[in-house]
Amino acid sequence: MTHPFPFSAIVGQDEMKRAMILTAIDPGIGGVLVFGDRGTGKSTSVRALAALLPPITAVAGCPCNSASRADCPDWAEIRDETLVEKPTPVVDLPLGATEDRVVGALDIERALTRGEKAFEPGLLARANRGYLYIDEVNLLEDHIVDLLLDVAVSGENVIEREGLSIRHKARFVLVGSGNPEEGELRPQLLDRFGLSVEVASPKDIDQRIEVIRRRDAYETDHDGFMAHWTGEDAALRTRILAARALLREVKASDDALRDCARLCVALGADGLRGELTLLRAARAYAAFAGANEVTREHLRAIAPSALRHRLRRDPLDEAGSGTRVERAVAEVLA
Amino acid sequence: MLAPAPPPERDPVEVWGRAATAVALLAVDPGGLGGLWLKARVGPARERLMAVLPGLLAPMPAARLPLTLTDEQLFGGVDLAATLAAGTVVRSRGVLGNGPRALVVPMAERLTGGLAARLAQVLDAGQGHCVVALDEGAEADERLPQTVADRLALHVDLSGLALADCPDLEIDPDLIAAARARLPAVRLPADAVETVVRVAHRLGIASLRAPLLALAAGRASAALDGEPVVTEDDLICAVELVLAPRATMLPAEPEETPEPEAEEPPPPEPKTGDDTPESDVDEDDVPDMLPEEVLLEAARAILPADLLAKLAAGKAPRVTGASAGTGAAKKGNRRGRPLPSRPGRLDGQSRIDLVATLRAAAPWQVIRRRLTPDAPQKVLIRAEDIRLRRFEEKSDRLLIFAVDASGSAAFTRLAEAKGAVELLLGEAYARRDHVALVAFRGDHAEVLLPPTRSLVQTKRRLAGLPGGGGTPLAAGLRSALDLADLSRGRGLTPSIALLTDGRANIALDGRADRPAAAEDARRMALAVRATATPALVIDMSPRPQPQLRDLAGEMNATYLPLPRADAGRLSAAVAGALVP
Repeated sequence: MTHPFPFSAIVGQDEMKRAMILTAIDPGIGGVLVFGDRGTGKSTSVRALAALLPPITAVAGCPCNSASRADCPDWAEIRDETLVEKPTPVVDLPLGATEDRVVGALDIERALTRGEKAFEPGLLARANRGYLYIDEVNLLEDHIVDLLLDVAVSGENVIEREGLSIRHKARFVLVGSGNPEEGELRPQLLDRFGLSVEVASPKDIDQRIEVIRRRDAYETDHDGFMAHWTGEDAALRTRILAARALLREVKASDDALRDCARLCVALGADGLRGELTLLRAARAYAAFAGANEVTREHLRAIAPSALRHRLRRDPLDEAGSGTRVERAVAEVLA
Repeated sequence: MLAPAPPPERDPVEVWGRAATAVALLAVDPGGLGGLWLKARVGPARERLMAVLPGLLAPMPAARLPLTLTDEQLFGGVDLAATLAAGTVVRSRGVLGNGPRALVVPMAERLTGGLAARLAQVLDAGQGHCVVALDEGAEADERLPQTVADRLALHVDLSGLALADCPDLEIDPDLIAAARARLPAVRLPADAVETVVRVAHRLGIASLRAPLLALAAGRASAALDGEPVVTEDDLICAVELVLAPRATMLPAEPEETPEPEAEEPPPPEPKTGDDTPESDVDEDDVPDMLPEEVLLEAARAILPADLLAKLAAGKAPRVTGASAGTGAAKKGNRRGRPLPSRPGRLDGQSRIDLVATLRAAAPWQVIRRRLTPDAPQKVLIRAEDIRLRRFEEKSDRLLIFAVDASGSAAFTRLAEAKGAVELLLGEAYARRDHVALVAFRGDHAEVLLPPTRSLVQTKRRLAGLPGGGGTPLAAGLRSALDLADLSRGRGLTPSIALLTDGRANIALDGRADRPAAAEDARRMALAVRATATPALVIDMSPRPQPQLRDLAGEMNATYLPLPRADAGRLSAAVAGALVP
C-alpha cells in the first residue's frame, strides 16, 4: 500500500486543515464537519491526517487500542499483552453500516460453533483513541448518527443487547463530510460537532493548476514527491506535539470569556456549546501559534468554524452562515 | 432497437470509435483511470463491448458484482456455512481479497448509497481495482450515483447504437501489454497540466478529479500510440472521453482567458528535475503549447445537444432510493412490527432469530447425530437452519396545511377552503394520518396546530381562523417547510398542501413589497423542492393565477385551480396528488 497524500502538500483549504490540526491538538474539541463539493480534497485530508499524527502506544491484542493492560476492557480476552506502537487509527464508516457493525454485537459465529457468549467489537472499538471518518454523513441513517454522537460525547460505548452487557472506552474524533446538496443534517446533530468547515473547489485557476500538478507528481514520481513532503509533514507534527504540551498553560482571561459570550449572544446561538467549543478551539489555536494566552486575534480566526453551524438556519440566506458569523465578529470584536 | 432516437449530430461511427478507445485506454491503465461508466441499454452494442473487455483486461480478472452484495462478499469475512460444517472458523477472502479486480456492476443506476460509498472507498484506496458501471437508466434521474461517477474517468454513452453501427472490435492484446510496459515512462509536456485544468474550468467542471483523470487518460493514450510524450491528439482523446461528458456549461468564448495567461508568471515546478531530460523532446514534438482552443473545439463538438435540459434535470434533488420508500411500508430486519422469520444467510446486515433457528434445526437432530456421531456440539446446526428476523416498518404520514388567511383570500374563498380542509381532515383521520395547520396573514405565519391526530382540535382552530391583512406567502411556506423538516426528523413523512390565492405582497422581512415578496416566495418554493417534499398548490382565487402555476412548478408540486370546485372534487384531487 502506498503512502497517503501528504497533509502539508494539500493546496489551499486552509480552514479545513486548521480545523483538523486543532482536533489533533485537543481531541476534546469534538468532531469536525466538512461540507462541500465533490473532489475538493475532503477525504484526502482526513486520510493524510492519519499519516501525519504521531503513533500511539497500545496493547497489541486489545480490540480497542488501550494504552495499558489496566485500561483494557475486562471482557476482552487479551492474548498478546506487549505494548506496540500503532499508527493513529482512522476508521472509515461506510454508509449502510449496520448498528451491529458500529457498536459491536454478539459474536454469532462463536455462539453457534462453540456455544460461548462472546462480544464481537465493532467499528467504535477500533476507532478508540483515533479518528472515525464518515463520508456522506448527511446520508447516514439518523439512528446511527444519534448513536455515534452520543458515544462521541460520552467517550464510552455501552452495549445492552442480546444478553450482553458490555462497555468499553470509545474516545475518538468524529470527522463527517458531505455534500449539502444531497441532504441536510438535522440541527440537533450539527450542534454536536465541534467545528464545521465549508469547502469549495478553488476558483483561482493557478491554485487549481497547482493542485493537479502536485497530485500528478504524487502519482507519477511517488518517491521524489514523498521525500520532499515528508519533511514538511514532520515539521508540522513537531508543531502539533509542541502545541499539545503547551495547551495546559494557555490562559484565557475574563475578557476573552466575555468576548465568547457576547459573540454567541449576538449570533443567537442556542445553548452554551458554542461558547465552550469556541473557547477550547481558540485555546488550541493559541497553543498552535505558540502563544500562552487567548487573544481576540485567535477568537476572530476560530469563530467562523466554531459557530457557523450553530445558527438558526435561514434557507434563503444564500451568503451562508459563515458570512453572518464574520459580520458578528466584526461588530463584537471591533 | 427500442431506445429513443439519438440526438441528430451523434455520428454512430464516431461514438463506437470512442467507445473502442475508452475500452483500450481502460485496459492500459485500469487502476489509474478508475473505470468506465457505460450508459447503454442491454443490446448488441453493449454486448460487443463487454465481450472484448475481459480479454483486454487480462491478467486482471473481472468480477460481476450483484447489487445485493454484502460486505462479507466484498471485503471478506467469516464464511458461516463452512464454519458450521467444519466446527472451526473459516474465513472467506471476498471479491477484493485477491489482488486487483475489474468490478463489473450491472444495473448501476440502481446502486444503493451504501454500496456506492463502499465502491468509492475501494477506488480511493488505490489498490488497482477498477469499476465498469453498466448504467441502464432510462430517465434522467436514474443514473449512477455521483460518488462513483466522479471517480470513473471514462464516460461513454452508447444509447441509440444499432448492431450495424458496431463492427467487431479488434484490439490486439499484445499492443495493450506493450502499452502497459511503456506507461510509466510517458511524460507530460510542461504546459499540459495547465491546459487541461483551464479546459475543465471553462467547461464548468468543479471537481478536481476530472482534470487528474483526463491527464491519466492522456498518458494511457500516449502509451497506446507508442509516444514517449503526451501529444495533442492524446489530450484531445482525453478531453473527449473524460471532460466533455462532464461539462456543465458550454465553453465561454475566450474573452477573459487571454489576460490571465498573459500576466501569469510561469508557475513553480514542484517536480524536481524529472522534466529536464525531456524538455528538448517537448520542444521538438510539441512546438509551442497545446492550444486550449483546439481541445475546447474537440469538446464542443461532442457536447450533447440536450446539455441544458440535462443541467436542469441535474439540479433537481436527488431522491435516494432509501428516502423514496418512506411513508410506504417497508420490510427490513432492524425494527418495527415483527414479521415471521425467513430462512436466509447471515451477512452482518441481518439479525438471527435464535428460537426459530433452533426450531428449524430440532427435527433433524436425531438424523444428524447418526451421521456425525463424534461431533462435540450439543446441538447440530447447519447453515440451512438459520432463520433471520424481519420487521415491517411504517412511517406515519403528516399532512401540513398552509392556509392563506389574508384579506384577499378571505374575501374570495376562505370559507370554501375551510370546508375543503375539513373534508381532507376527515379523510386524514380515516387513514390515521397526522395533520398540522399553518396559517399566514398580516406580516407573518404561525403554526396554529403542531402535528396531531386530534380532529376536533384541528376543526376548532380552523373555524376560529380569522381573515384579513397582507399575504406573506413566503413566510407561510417557510413555516410549513420548517414543520416538514422537524417532522421528518421524528420519522413522519410530511407533505404540504398550500391553499392560497397567490397574490404574495409581503416579503419575508415583513415589508410590503410586491416584487420582493414574489421573489421570496419563489426561492422558498425552490427550498421546498430541494427537500423533495410532496406538495400540492390549491389556487383559490376566482380566476386561476398563472404565477401560482409557476410557483407550483418551482416546488415540483401538483397545481390545482379551484374555480368553483366542490369540496368533494378537491379532496379526490388531494388524495391523488399526495398519497404516495
